[in-house]
Amino acid sequence: MDHFPTNWGRPKYDSFDTHATYPIHNRGHAQSAASNGAVQHTHFSHSKSALRQPIVTGTSVLAIKYKDGIMMAADNLASYGSLARFKGVQRLHPVGDYTVVGASGDMSDFQYLQHILDGLVISEEANLQDGHTLGPAEIHEYLSQVMYQRRTKMDPLWNSLLVGGVKDGKRFLAFVDLLGVTYSASTLATGYGAYIAQPLLRKAVEGREDTLTEHEARTILEDALRVLFYRDARSINQYQIATITANGADISGSLKLETAWGFAEGIRGYGAQTQ
Amino acid sequence: MTSIGTGYDLSASTYSPDGRIFQVEYANKAVDNSGTVIGLRVKDGVVLAVEKLVHSKLLVPGANRRIQAIDRHIGLASSGLLADGRHISNRARDEAANYRDNYRELAPLKLSDRLSLYVQAYTLYSSVRPFGCSTILGGVDKNGPSIYVIEPSGVFYGYHGAAVGKGRQLAKTELEKLKLSELTLREAVFEAARIIHLVHDDAKEKEFELELSWIGDETNGRHVPVPKDLFEEADRKAKEALENFE
Amino acid sequence: MPDMSAIANPQQRQFNPYAENGGTILAVAGADFTVIAGDTRQSEGYSIQTRYASKVFRLTDRAVLAVNGFAADGNMFVKKVKQRLEWYRHNHAKDMPLRSIARLIQTMLYAQRFFPYYVYNILGGIEEDGTGAVYSFDPVGSYEREACRAAGAAQSLLQPFLDNQIYFKNQTAARGYSHPAHLPLPDVLSIVIDSFTSATERHIEVGDGLEMYIVMAKGQTLPDAVTNLLPEELPSTGDGERVFVLKRDLKKD
Repeated sequence: MDHFPTNWGRPKYDSFDTHATYPIHNRGHAQSAASNGAVQHTHFSHSKSALRQPIVTGTSVLAIKYKDGIMMAADNLASYGSLARFKGVQRLHPVGDYTVVGASGDMSDFQYLQHILDGLVISEEANLQDGHTLGPAEIHEYLSQVMYQRRTKMDPLWNSLLVGGVKDGKRFLAFVDLLGVTYSASTLATGYGAYIAQPLLRKAVEGREDTLTEHEARTILEDALRVLFYRDARSINQYQIATITANGADISGSLKLETAWGFAEGIRGYGAQTQ
Repeated sequence: MTSIGTGYDLSASTYSPDGRIFQVEYANKAVDNSGTVIGLRVKDGVVLAVEKLVHSKLLVPGANRRIQAIDRHIGLASSGLLADGRHISNRARDEAANYRDNYRELAPLKLSDRLSLYVQAYTLYSSVRPFGCSTILGGVDKNGPSIYVIEPSGVFYGYHGAAVGKGRQLAKTELEKLKLSELTLREAVFEAARIIHLVHDDAKEKEFELELSWIGDETNGRHVPVPKDLFEEADRKAKEALENFE
Repeated sequence: MPDMSAIANPQQRQFNPYAENGGTILAVAGADFTVIAGDTRQSEGYSIQTRYASKVFRLTDRAVLAVNGFAADGNMFVKKVKQRLEWYRHNHAKDMPLRSIARLIQTMLYAQRFFPYYVYNILGGIEEDGTGAVYSFDPVGSYEREACRAAGAAQSLLQPFLDNQIYFKNQTAARGYSHPAHLPLPDVLSIVIDSFTSATERHIEVGDGLEMYIVMAKGQTLPDAVTNLLPEELPSTGDGERVFVLKRDLKKD
């Protein structure tokens, strides 16, 4: 019996999990190594940079543009492999007065980034008090430089991040990941959300960015989160929504996703039927 | 200053025969000639106020601020050489940032003990000159509001009300009259403005700019300049009180 | 006997610092102009990341750079080239000549020889003698001046087409006629637009939008046929070369 919990889940598929939001821990080789009787301590014996991998991970973050600004959503789960390890984690982080950063991928790397960003805002805004403040575009540029520098050192911060905000009447929404790749669009999604939620978001939002009300935007994100919860095994039905408007950023408390499993009753393989 | 001219005042690393370090005392002189700076610690926060003497009408209003931010929850006001004050505030910012990096929480106002060690180091060597400024550090940490004064010698004391600079004697007298532990933050803003206006000597000095900052529950624990409307009200009431006083 | 060493000594999957973000770029030099174009789709695998991310950037009044490959490297490379050109301006009170920018790009790419920018560059613009020029680079700095070049995801679709249409490869001129050395601007623009619509049809990583930069030599004006397409003129510093941008939609499927 393999007693290492991260080896209990599904095997890792490179093609499905390109950002390795699922820890690998030498999976696949561990068993053959163990059967050889040779205990391998490869985790920490090599240089840290070549061996780093995500451990405690968050899944998708979603964000859209709407009439008054940006709305972003992420659930409250931090997984340890297939184990739902921490169920009350906030993955949306306010930076300054105009910006929210949402993170998927490694949560310890995200906490490090939160710390860096808090320090940046204090030194640039609180201390200087020169009337210049960092908006979402500046935060995103800074983050993408940090992410790119770390990938260039072959010691990446294992995250996909969304940066959203409003400043000077302008909405801003952009992406950056562990490679330093950046892009901007009116709907964005990380992780599994890029496959499952992004098509739904594009259909609901594209062309309606300037007319969607807050209520409509919220419904769109909740619907997408619900689909993700049905299909993404690393998600949970508790989430938070951030709204960033000209009045500033507001991050909701933890909300419960309303789900309906009644459809499963009559489907063979879902319900109690045995055949 | 009986020992002036005896050579014992040329270096901070040399005592005079009667056990004094003249360079430090001269540094205090620099403070005594500078605009008054006061700090009020009240039950729910701290107010810092500065009488910034304006030596030229050509200066942009609001330039060369004497109140600086050290962290979200700490403010620093200095009296004496402004450039020295800025050097100390830079050091204080580094200390606060280091504390945050190391302990992942906001630095306590006890930060001033490390800052004072830094100031004190400049009283030890012949190659440096002591700081020509006294610093009032004010803020609210998890132990509540507090104020510390760091002097050129490197000593630091905590206060309920502090005053340094030219008008410190009168200011201290006025501060002593207040029941600081019963005052609200808002009331303290008015008292601070009043005291600065009171100690300003129209006859000797020309113009001055009033600087006011506060931190407390009303500012969500952030050290910020007093907002414009409150500032103007405090400034106006201070001038009125001054006319009644005289 | 199969090699068992890989099993006995588990191999850690190494972090891959590169990605391939699709898209295609292209440039054609005329006698007194150059067209530099790129699509605006950015993708990874089968996912479209965004329908609008520029791959073509104006460097000076007479130089435009198109970058294609790994988007993060591309953006960083353009940022650094622009920085070097700004320093040059500060030092010499003029813009760097095109051929010097080309050599600078080689030097900057080769400096990263052992951790390359995974980017294919095409530099287009006007030389000091007033002629249109295209320089193309490989990721480690090997470069040459050409009359036309396609690079990126649909290079293999577009380059043969350009060879045929620009260089007249495999075409025999009618008796008593010869092929022109340079095509006029309206013809080049038609070829560029046709290239991208075709690449959009046949390559999944190409599409969404097309940005065409037109650099005109000093004293040259746009032909009416091009003015009618309503290009946007970018602000320039003097009365020298001028840069125009033409945007077109491409299919989004």
